[in-house]
Amino acid sequence: MPDSTVVGLHHEEEHHPELLHHFAEPEQQRDAASFGMWIFLGTEVMFFGGLFLAYLIYRRLYFGDFGAASSSIKAGLGAANTAVLICSSLTVVLAIWGAQTARRSLMIGSLILTMLFGLTFLGIKGIEYKEKFDEHHVPGASFSFDHVPIPGHPDQYANPRHAEIFFALYFIMTGLHALHMIVGLGIFTWLLIMAWKGRFTPEYHTPLEIGGLYWHFVDIIWIYLFPLLYLIDRHR
Amino acid sequence: MSDHSKSSPLKTYFSVWIALLVGTFVTYEAAFIDLGRFNAVVALTIATIKALIVALFFMHLRHAHERLLKLVVIATIFFLFILIALSMADYATRT
Amino acid sequence: MATATIQPVERENYLNKHYGVGSWLFTTDHKRIALLYLISITFFFFIGGLFALLIRLELLTPAGDLVQADTYNKLFTMHGQVMVFFFLIPSIPAVLGNFLVPMMIGAKDLAFPRINLLSWYLYIIAGLMMVHCMLTGGVDTGWTFYTPFSTAFSNTKVIEAGLAIFVSGFSSILTGLNFVVTIHRMRAPGMTWSRLPLFIWAHYATSIIQILGTPVIAITLVLVVAERALHLGIFDPKLGGDPLLFQHLFWFYSHPAVYIMILPSMGVVTEIIACFSRKRIFGYSFVAFSSIAIAVFGFLVWAHHMFVAGISVYAALIFSILSYAVAVPSAVKVFNWTATLYKGSIHYDAPMLYAFGFVGLFTMGGLTGLFLAALGIDVHVTDTYFVIAHFHYIMVGGALMGYLGGMHFWWPKISGRLYPEGWARLAALIVFLGFNLTFFPQFILGYLGMPRRYFDYSHMPEFQVLNVLSTAGATVLGVGYLLPMIYFLWSMRYGKPAPDNPWNAAGLEWMTSSPPTTFNFETEPVVTWEAYNYDELDGGHKQEVKVAG
Ligand code: HEM
Ligand SMILES: [Cu+2]
Repeated sequence: MPDSTVVGLHHEEEHHPELLHHFAEPEQQRDAASFGMWIFLGTEVMFFGGLFLAYLIYRRLYFGDFGAASSSIKAGLGAANTAVLICSSLTVVLAIWGAQTARRSLMIGSLILTMLFGLTFLGIKGIEYKEKFDEHHVPGASFSFDHVPIPGHPDQYANPRHAEIFFALYFIMTGLHALHMIVGLGIFTWLLIMAWKGRFTPEYHTPLEIGGLYWHFVDIIWIYLFPLLYLIDRHR
Repeated sequence: MSDHSKSSPLKTYFSVWIALLVGTFVTYEAAFIDLGRFNAVVALTIATIKALIVALFFMHLRHAHERLLKLVVIATIFFLFILIALSMADYATRT
Repeated sequence: MATATIQPVERENYLNKHYGVGSWLFTTDHKRIALLYLISITFFFFIGGLFALLIRLELLTPAGDLVQADTYNKLFTMHGQVMVFFFLIPSIPAVLGNFLVPMMIGAKDLAFPRINLLSWYLYIIAGLMMVHCMLTGGVDTGWTFYTPFSTAFSNTKVIEAGLAIFVSGFSSILTGLNFVVTIHRMRAPGMTWSRLPLFIWAHYATSIIQILGTPVIAITLVLVVAERALHLGIFDPKLGGDPLLFQHLFWFYSHPAVYIMILPSMGVVTEIIACFSRKRIFGYSFVAFSSIAIAVFGFLVWAHHMFVAGISVYAALIFSILSYAVAVPSAVKVFNWTATLYKGSIHYDAPMLYAFGFVGLFTMGGLTGLFLAALGIDVHVTDTYFVIAHFHYIMVGGALMGYLGGMHFWWPKISGRLYPEGWARLAALIVFLGFNLTFFPQFILGYLGMPRRYFDYSHMPEFQVLNVLSTAGATVLGVGYLLPMIYFLWSMRYGKPAPDNPWNAAGLEWMTSSPPTTFNFETEPVVTWEAYNYDELDGGHKQEVKVAG
């Protein structure tokens, strides 16, 4: 995080209220925090990695059924949500830049916008889930996916059992992602309060940077989920 | 620490934002064109480019004065690759 | 150097600085958190031990007479789950590692002290969930949770156990994360990577596995719980799922996890062997990098647990060969320990006896691992007592011996008291003998074909002799474990006060007071010497340091 480092460099001599006792200097504390966050994101990659593996294996085995199931979701909703998340990532970096350059209203405004985008994402997700629920595409006792043709093979129906595996993965993957969004919203509420109280200065805004890393990461996961879940075999 | 005292990063941020939106649009449109087996390739390539620029520019991995952070990313991707590749080695060769 | 400089007045230290339950439950001091862990894992060690005792009692006679079949399934399941997830995985890292990592690198604390405390609380929450699960009926899936039995058939508390282990995984991840950041960011001036004690390298490698492996078992357990609760079909062949996918995911963590258990122990043994042969470790960099190599290679071999499960023969071949590769760095360590002993001036204090035990038993466990990694042999002995003996040689003969050795070695630092050396040597001997008596017969049993997880072997009464030997050994082993418990507790009150460096050992942790103060060092240490500078230490003070016993 060079931009902030450059700003922070000249202030080391002053006593820093945010410095915890066991660190020698603020620099060390900030580096430790961001390093820790990156490692945590590494664990998140492996966490979702298990799901991606499951997805890949069954997509390979049951490609046609996955295509049929995927095509039953509105791709437009997924695309819109991708755009929403991308905008929220932009407002995150703007908030940090606002803190770095002491633009308080930019910082606070961007934080609020980020959260609004986050809520919009969850709202659209809710609409999507509602539709799936109404169509009985939620795995479980009332699941039904009968007589849905496989894309490109109008004479063949998708195997409901295999489509159910797709939907199980779809709900678990997007559900865990949404859970991460909710946690992110919690973090950003806290960041907003801190920002409002004036706790972030050009020298000290580590929590913003750490929270931002998390938010961008959740965005990256979605960047993969979108084509994998919404766009299987759409062209037929 | 790469000292880049250029004016402000805003230009970068907004270009990245545009690029990400364009990438999303292209992904969406490409999915409806028949590219044979390359549909998935195109979608995943674009997704990877998008993920990369988010990491490099929004998460500031590009300027990270720490080579360490890059190491974390590379190591994680490596082990994710191991998980997927060795498992697939089983599935792909089952008789 | 004077023997046992006894302080007339107790100096202020991390134990007596604050009093009261709150000062412990809300502490962020890594040393106090280490003690919280010590108490909690000891509790689980006893629970796991109780299950083991019942298993061995059942097997004393060929007939299934002590417990019912269902109960027996629960016994070995919960024995495995408690011992692996609630004792061995946290044991050395969370107790000795927590206590020593900051001190060995000259830091005041771990990088994230509050996260450290959080990780203990997560462990406790997980532990309570596990205890609740056990009290309300328990689980019977085997510690491996194999599907579709766990998801579609078992009528026991799979979900609770799965969630408990899920939560304990977060505790493990946070410990690993804390260690990695601490080792990178908090080293004292002059403490370069090549001067780090090998204990630190071992913990660094362990942490990598915890960070990269644990999330995979977490998601696997999420899938199992979801599948069981919502009747999904991801692992159910009847619904189009593949149970082998579960096994891939499970072993992707659980093979590396065996190295979470053994690597820290290797670190402990390295410190002990250097100290009690008064020598620099032979081939420092080889030992350091072999830890990293084990962590990396450990991720490439998992499907050797699935040779007979139906994976492709080509994959089985690859995994078999890769499994041999992982034995190389392990062997490097054994050779380096042996070479360190060569021409050393060896002292047979209790920690060293445990270290000897470790090297011998780990070697046996590792070599039989190679038997199992050979496809042809594995088909013959998989799911028999041969496998049980293999991993107990490593996990109990290796990891647990190392843990006990480390507890003895650093007990003076932790408690500020000396333990009774004579008793300790006796206990080490009992543990070694009891261990071999328990588990060596199991190699033979397995080779002869006794399957694991059977509670009734009345069709094969000739197996009884070996089983009786094993049960007898387990009793001896139990005594061997109780002894240290008793004299450690005894020494806290009646033990002689420990000098700062009772072993005249190298390493920063021995340069502070025993027990250390809250921030470990009076002034930030500056390191100007290499690790294991025993030649300098002994050159300076010719006479030997003998600790009373
Ligand atoms: C030297 C390297 C090692 C090799 C090549 C090796 C090989 C193997 C193989 C092939 C198996 C599967 C046997 C079967 O189920 O048929 C196995 C099982 C096992 N090993 Fe090892 N092993 C090694 C080291 C270790 C270590 C260091 C530990 C523990 C600290 C360990 C713990 C286990 C456990 C717990 C099992 C049984 C799991 C179960 O099915 O319940 N192994 N080992
Ligand atoms: Cu293994």
